[in-house]
Amino acid sequence: MSAPAGIEDLLRELAPQVLATLVRRYGDFGTCEDATQEALLAAALQWPAAGTPANPRGWLTTVASRRWIERWRQEAARRRREETAAALAPPDPGPGPAADDTLTLLLLCCHPSLTEASQVALTLRAVGGLTTAEIARAFLVPEATVAQRISRAKQRIRASGAEFRLPSEAERAERLGAVLQVLYLIFNEGYTASSGPALARVELSGEAIRLTRQLHRLLPDDGEVAGLLALMLLTDARRPARTGPDGALVPLAEQDRARWDAQAIAEGVGLITRTLASAPVGPYQLQAAIAAVHDEAARFEDTDWDQILGLYEHLGRLAPGPMVELNRIVAVAMVHGPEAGLRQLAAAEARPGLAGHHRLDAVRAHLLELAGDREGARVAYRQAARRTLSLAEQRYLESRAARLRPLQ
Amino acid sequence: MKYLVLIYSNPASREIWESFSDEQQAEGFRYYNALAEELAANGELIVTEALADASLTKRVSVRDGQTVTSDGPFAEAKELLAGFFLLDCDTPERAVEIAARLPEAELGLVEVRPILQLGGQEM
Repeated sequence: MSAPAGIEDLLRELAPQVLATLVRRYGDFGTCEDATQEALLAAALQWPAAGTPANPRGWLTTVASRRWIERWRQEAARRRREETAAALAPPDPGPGPAADDTLTLLLLCCHPSLTEASQVALTLRAVGGLTTAEIARAFLVPEATVAQRISRAKQRIRASGAEFRLPSEAERAERLGAVLQVLYLIFNEGYTASSGPALARVELSGEAIRLTRQLHRLLPDDGEVAGLLALMLLTDARRPARTGPDGALVPLAEQDRARWDAQAIAEGVGLITRTLASAPVGPYQLQAAIAAVHDEAARFEDTDWDQILGLYEHLGRLAPGPMVELNRIVAVAMVHGPEAGLRQLAAAEARPGLAGHHRLDAVRAHLLELAGDREGARVAYRQAARRTLSLAEQRYLESRAARLRPLQ
Repeated sequence: MKYLVLIYSNPASREIWESFSDEQQAEGFRYYNALAEELAANGELIVTEALADASLTKRVSVRDGQTVTSDGPFAEAKELLAGFFLLDCDTPERAVEIAARLPEAELGLVEVRPILQLGGQEM
């Protein structure tokens, strides 16, 4: 939005509230979302020079309502209908936004009829208050592509007959799962893109944390929402140390832990400790607990691998998957030695999702290196470098392989 | 995830295309346009282009600081790049599903290649 940071933060905070007020007043989520976006853009242009109005939310709601009415009139004209006085008068202002409007919006944006990419784009615009151009820059795709995703998403929501109200309790749990997945996806996109020519990109990890924090405020007793927030905080805390000055990946074992964000770690550890004590355990909480164990070790050698192994075994029962299995094997190797890890790796390598995956090769390379098999490790690092889809990982894996070149 | 879908031509596919009537060729173009429009409306298409005839290819080389170009075509019998789609889809399966809808896929002339992302996971 390119307004000063204070104004931009305020606009992002108000975006879902203004949108919710409009939807309550006029219905039709799609047009209300466009009108809200226009009001946000107008504010970003006018407020820095004219000053922030005394009632910013009122200002945005008034402007957005005007834009909505303009659009409505255009639509009416297009249908060759005569404008009547009744049609020109704005409908009665409905009730103000309810506390859980943001939750209702999130659930709507992550509606099951949408593709993942559309859920992400719509969530960032309607709830996050980002512009289409900002979302496009963040995902390195053309603006037109994002605009299409958003307009197609709105069409699908309309076609599905979804309404702006909270789903039933039973449906809500399932739908909330989709919201958490979208927030985690946004976080990971920002997290993995923190290297390379990415300076102009909107800070997606920070945005995901902000939205998850909002959700946590709305649902303080939901263990998985708290777990996801803790996981994000504990992972993001390592960001300053996870890339070198040239953007190269620094593995966990070699990170300068003094550069980790101690405040974020304290918040994340406090949150996950309280949550594990009070809520039914879930996959995000277990991943947060694992991140907490890593973050609490003063040095890599101090890592409590016994505890990490136990947590991965628990996670593997609750939410089995190829990456969980691979991480569990790394923990086995750290507790029982690289040979034990390599034996389990040999047993797991044919599993669907792992066969041919670069992470399998990377783990094998790492364990072979620990076991002292330099040539085997070098070959496996090279194989992993060929198979990864990430430029940063490719550079890292190539550099590990290069270090193991035969000694002359 | 971004994928580049590469469409090749070979002597067999070129012969089929040249044997088409004007109406059949127009139908072929309409099919491609409709597919591109559908993918654009989905928000899955980044860009698609068809390449001009391979005989217009210029191979560029720099020798001793001098730029030298040589003209194509390069071996009639070989498979030649004819066009491409740059896609952004949720899954690799989806990219393959789209690629399978290209008529050239029936002749085995379509490839899907993942694009490298900038960032990476901590190891």
